Parts: sequence; C-alpha cells; structure tokens
Amino acid sequence: MKSITSKKQPKNIIPAFGINLGITIAMLSALILIPLASILAYSLRLTPGDFFRTLSSEPVRFAFGTSILCSFIAAFINAVFGTIIAWVLVRYSFPGKRILDGLIELPFALPTAVAGITLSKMYSTTGFIGKIFDRYGIRISYTHIGLTIALIFIGIPFVVRAIEPVLEKYDPSYEEAACMLGAGKTETFFKVTLKELFPAILTGFGLAFARGIGEYGSVIFISGNSQKEHTQVISYMIMQKLNYLDYGQATAIALAMLIISFLLLLFINIVQIRQAKRKGA
Amino acid sequence: MFQKKANHLRRGTALILTLSLMFSLSGCGQSSSQKNTGNQVTITNVSYDPTRELYQAYNEAFTSYYKEKTGTDVEVVMSHGGSGGQARSVVEGADADVVTLALAHDITLVENAGLIESGWIDEFDKASSPYTSTIVFLVRKGNPKNIRNWDDLIKDGMDIITPDPKSSGGACWNFLAAWYYADEKFGGDEKQMKDFVAKLYDNVSVMDSGARGATTTFVENGQGDVLLAWENEALQSVKEHPDEYEIISPSISILAQPSVAIVDQNAEKDQVADVAKDYLEYLYTEDAQKIIGEYGYRPSDENILNSFSDKFDLDMKLCSIDDFGGWDKAYDTFFNDGAIFDEIYNQ
Repeated sequence: MKSITSKKQPKNIIPAFGINLGITIAMLSALILIPLASILAYSLRLTPGDFFRTLSSEPVRFAFGTSILCSFIAAFINAVFGTIIAWVLVRYSFPGKRILDGLIELPFALPTAVAGITLSKMYSTTGFIGKIFDRYGIRISYTHIGLTIALIFIGIPFVVRAIEPVLEKYDPSYEEAACMLGAGKTETFFKVTLKELFPAILTGFGLAFARGIGEYGSVIFISGNSQKEHTQVISYMIMQKLNYLDYGQATAIALAMLIISFLLLLFINIVQIRQAKRKGA
Repeated sequence: MFQKKANHLRRGTALILTLSLMFSLSGCGQSSSQKNTGNQVTITNVSYDPTRELYQAYNEAFTSYYKEKTGTDVEVVMSHGGSGGQARSVVEGADADVVTLALAHDITLVENAGLIESGWIDEFDKASSPYTSTIVFLVRKGNPKNIRNWDDLIKDGMDIITPDPKSSGGACWNFLAAWYYADEKFGGDEKQMKDFVAKLYDNVSVMDSGARGATTTFVENGQGDVLLAWENEALQSVKEHPDEYEIISPSISILAQPSVAIVDQNAEKDQVADVAKDYLEYLYTEDAQKIIGEYGYRPSDENILNSFSDKFDLDMKLCSIDDFGGWDKAYDTFFNDGAIFDEIYNQ
C-alpha cells in the first residue's frame, strides 16, 4: 500500500475516493448505461430499412413534430416566466415568499397523471377555466394548447431552480456600475443582468425542453391523442407500439428520442462552455 | 494517512454491502418459501381496470369458501391496470399466478412468452370466460340527442368518445361492434361498411388511450354526447350518477369475453397450481355468478343471467370474436399498422 502512496500519483485529499467512484460508476451502469445499451441492442434487431420505415411513417413523424414543437414553445414560455418568477423570489422579500418558493417544486412531487387529469378537467369546455375561453371559441383541453399547458406545468421548476442560485450569487454592483456609466434601467437589465443569467436560463430551458419531449403522464389525458389533429405525442406512439408488443419499433422510436435529447443537452453544454471561456478570458 | 483510512473505510463498506446483500437475498428466499406453507397461501391475480370492485367482493367469497373446504387461508393479491399493459408486465416477469384480462388476445401474449400452456382457452367452461359484457352507449340523462342505435352515431354534429384501438385492447371491441352492425346493415358490402365506420370515427372528438381515460373524459370533463362503453362500466357510471346518465342498448353489439387463465409456470413455481385452479373454477359457481351479475358483468350461467333481465338488455343481438375469425385474424385485418382502422381513420 505504502508503495502506491509513495508513488507520484497526485494525492487526493478528500478521503474515500475509490469507494465513492466505485459506487458512482456502479449506479450509473445499473440505472443508466446498461438500460440505454439495451435500447440500442433492441433497436438493432430491426433491419435499417424497417428502422427508417418506422421513423418515417406518418403518425410517428407527426408525433415527433408535435412533441418537439409543443415542448419548445412550452420551454420558451417557461424560460421567460421562470426568469420572472426566480427574479421575484430572489430580489424581493414579501410575506408568504417561502410558501411560494416551495410551491414551485410541486410539479416535481405531484404524480404527473394527477396533474394531467386535473388540468384536462380545468381546461375542458365545462371546466373552471376552459369555460371562460370556450365563450370566445377557444378550446384548450384536447388541443395543442392544452398539451403545451401541461408541458409548461411540468417544466417550470427546471427553469426556476436553474436560475435562482445564479441570481442569488449575482453581484448587484454590476448593475450599479452600469447605472453609473449611464445605462438606463432597461439597458442595464438586457445588457448586463440578462447576459449574466443567460447560461442558467439556457440550462433551465434545455432541461424543460428535454423533459417535455419525453413526457407521458401529464399530457396523455389533456392531449386527446388524435391522430387526425396531430395531438399524439411521441411517448404515446411508443406506448402504442408496446401495446402490440412491438418492442423493435418501440425502441427504434425511443432511440431517436434519445439522440434528440442527447444533441439538445450537448448543444446547451457547448454554449455554456463557450460562455464560461469568454468570461474567464 | 488518508489513503490508509480510505482503505479501511473501503473494506468496511464493502463488508457492509456484502452482508446487507446476503441478508436481503436470504430474506427474499425466506419470505417466498414461507409464502405458501402451512395454512396460509398467497396467490396473485393480475387483472384489468374495471374488475376492481368485482374481485374485491369475489375474493372475500372465495376466501371463506376455501377456508371452509380445506382449512387454508388464502390471500389474493390483486393488480389492476390497462389490460394490454398488465399482460406485458406478466410477460416481463410480474409474478402472476392467474390472469383475468379483458380479451383472450392479451392472454395469448402471455402464452406466446411460454408462461401459459397452449389450450388454456378450453381449460375452463365457456371458452374460459366466466363472465361477459357488451358494448353499449352511455348518454346524458334524457338522451338529448335522441340516440337509439348505431345509425344515429354517424349523424353530423354527433360527438363521440371512445378510446383508441391502437393503444387499448378493450377499445377493439367497440370498433368490432360497429363493424358488425355495418356488416348486417350493408350485407357485407365492404366499401359501404368502411364508409360507415369511417364516418363514425370521424365523429370521435376525444380518443383516449384507454377505457378509464375515456370514461373520465365523458363523465368528469363533460365532453361528448355519447360514450361507447363496456356495459359493466356504463352500469357503474349510472349507479354513481343516476340523475346524469342513462344507458342505451343498440340492437346489435358484440359479446365481450374477458378471459381467465392460470399462469402455469408461475403457479407451479409458487406451488399454488391447485389453489389457482379452484380460484378460477369457483367463478362458475352459483354464488360467484350472482356476485358477477351484481357487479354489472353478465353471468355465463344462463339461468342466473336471466334472473338479471331487468339489469341487462337480453334482446340485443350479439356477435362474438369468432365471427371475425379470432383475435389474431382481427388484428391482422383491422388493427395492425396499415390495416383497416388506419385506412379509414386517415382517409
């Protein structure tokens, strides 16, 4: 043992590196890497022709479009309003702030199916909120609008929780300096504060977006799953294939989803690294 | 120094992990071997959604019957969910001793995985369907749209709620019932039949992923003029809201035959094959058939079925899955990718 410690290896001051790394790798393998590898293995059972035929069939194509578009819109709305919510929770103090802060996490804790059923009832033409919109001829439940609302609901904590810590650490003296140098309030916000927050907003946006693409429980009740109106989401297509025990096609779609999510997270990481480099330099 | 400490820690943790693993493994072994010894037997019944209340009552009756007969306490563990998903979970290793699912096709999936011996359908009476149901219309009280039969469903402006046959096995019955009506009406002219069913599905405003979801959409969210529903579920809805809904029985429908089977592999492994057999056979006794009728399913025993004639419309003409050549053929013809359902729904 001593011979190892006396070697030139960089000493790790924090104890138990070996065991913790071991646990980390074991957990990652058992929970993430091996299941992902099995998806790959399953989808490889299809011939490339079948694989592309599955992905290019009309319902699957539309489902990808619906999932990506609605998730994008939802993530965008979340990025805007999540920033405002985080701003309110960090910058101001008011009674009930703690409760409000806790409420943000509710979508994490609530079973998504419960959220989905509740939202579809609230926003249906006979529901509490849906009734009001119905008077103006706007249907929410069982349309793309309802679908997007469900995705906003499940995505909002990702954005708020990504921005809050950054905003807390953010030094107001930047803003003061901008003000001293003659920038107006709007200019300060857009050119100084928002720039500083941008990586955090992007992280939140990316997480909400990626989560939205894969969401099942909350959207399934409010989307109406109409093939005609293209309100079927991609996770619903996977469930359809599974119901026919068609593991090959189901995993083919899952693999495509996985690649999209991976590219998304990769893109966001690249933007963040660039941002960090620019700041460092 | 730290390295040394880390090593101790590592060894210690490894020991604890190994020990806890051993304990948990032996613990598991113990519990499953204890599960079925002496006077206590546990069997698992994997069923579908709407049988929840039925099996709650039935299990009570069976437990006391079995205790009297053999002196053994039976505990029945229930699992409910969408029929297709439940079949899949058994295929993937859920420890079901018996399955009681919405359609024979779902049990065939378990059979194909090698867990159920072929020929299961003849193991119990009436093609292993101790109870049946049919597809009826659930409409709002007073029947404001005056819906009497399938013809009324294809009128303009009719708003129908029915689940998606592509994702719900139970919803296939709804489609087949409509198809059979069209077959009778147009004397087998396939073009007209397709038009009829296409118009019907054109009027479907919300297509949920399963029967439970469709009921929620119609009952809780107030969508649609008519819900195509299993009779037992429709009866349940009317029982819960007698002032809001009524049932319309069309002249023609389909005999929905939920099937039951012993999952031979699991039952033998758990050493409960005998209890499982008794459990399913008891469904055919007079006592059980009465419970079945009370909970809205049609008893397979003719005499007991007739005693419930005020509850079920016995004048409906019912076709069965055999009229479509069995489930495999029905899936090929109607529901697989590119088959008739896709054709009429996407046109």
